[in-house]
Amino acid sequence: MVLSPADKTNVKSTWDKIGGHAGEYGGEALERTFASFPTTKTYFPHFDLSHGSAQVKAHGKKVADALTNAVAHIDDLPGAMSALSDLHAYKLRVDPVNFKFLSHCLLVTLACHHPAEFTPAVHASLDKFFSAVSTVLTSKYR
Amino acid sequence: MVHLTAEEKAAVSSLQGKVKVDVVGGEALGRLLVVYPWTQRFFDSFGDLSSPDAIMSNRKVKAHGKKVVNSLINGLKNLDNLKGAFAKLSELHCDKLHVDPENFKLLGNVLVCVLARHFGKEFTPQVQAVFQKVLAGVANALAHKYH
Repeated sequence: MVLSPADKTNVKSTWDKIGGHAGEYGGEALERTFASFPTTKTYFPHFDLSHGSAQVKAHGKKVADALTNAVAHIDDLPGAMSALSDLHAYKLRVDPVNFKFLSHCLLVTLACHHPAEFTPAVHASLDKFFSAVSTVLTSKYR
Repeated sequence: MVHLTAEEKAAVSSLQGKVKVDVVGGEALGRLLVVYPWTQRFFDSFGDLSSPDAIMSNRKVKAHGKKVVNSLINGLKNLDNLKGAFAKLSELHCDKLHVDPENFKLLGNVLVCVLARHFGKEFTPQVQAVFQKVLAGVANALAHKYH
């Protein structure tokens, strides 16, 4: 699946609208992922996963910052995310199915906070973008 | 069978009461066809699906979306026996419509996005989790009679 010029425009403009809220949304998406897909919690036995957890907020910000970087380098995702790709392959080894759960919850979070901007075309572009990022993050798994 | 606590059932009823079925159903099916274009394979007879705008304003898409969500709402009355409630529809989707059950998951997730868009902050992580559970149960029930 290839990101078209229109997809890239949609993703960038969405990220512009999110502005400084990216970190907050990252945390919310994680919270949604843990609530809806409890198996994802197995990767965080060392975290306090209760509502409002500082660890979840901090981790959400980390994820959001990585996504912001990906948006800024949307023309070269493998290059921009190479280090994270190594991390996920050799250290974290998060099963690939989980990227779909987090991607879905990122979409839900954006739909909640930006209902008007979350048009069908933007929804499609964002889904493709998260899918592309997930593919890069799992590309060195084997 | 989907087990919901009294609190979870209340969350579902509350949102269900406020859902505009025609709007949400049409939007969910439309978005399925836009976001996952390969799902259009089931709707050759629906006419113009050539662009997001064409899809979202397509009368047949809206009507069918409404049908699907109404059926879902009926199913919600049978959380204790989803497999029984959706048995006939399961057979239909397998034998006549030939729909890969993966599509039920896709539509379920798109519906969650639509509910999120409509309800905003009210669609909390906890409320979302309940809907995910219910929709997963429905998807399983719809796939149950496949052979």
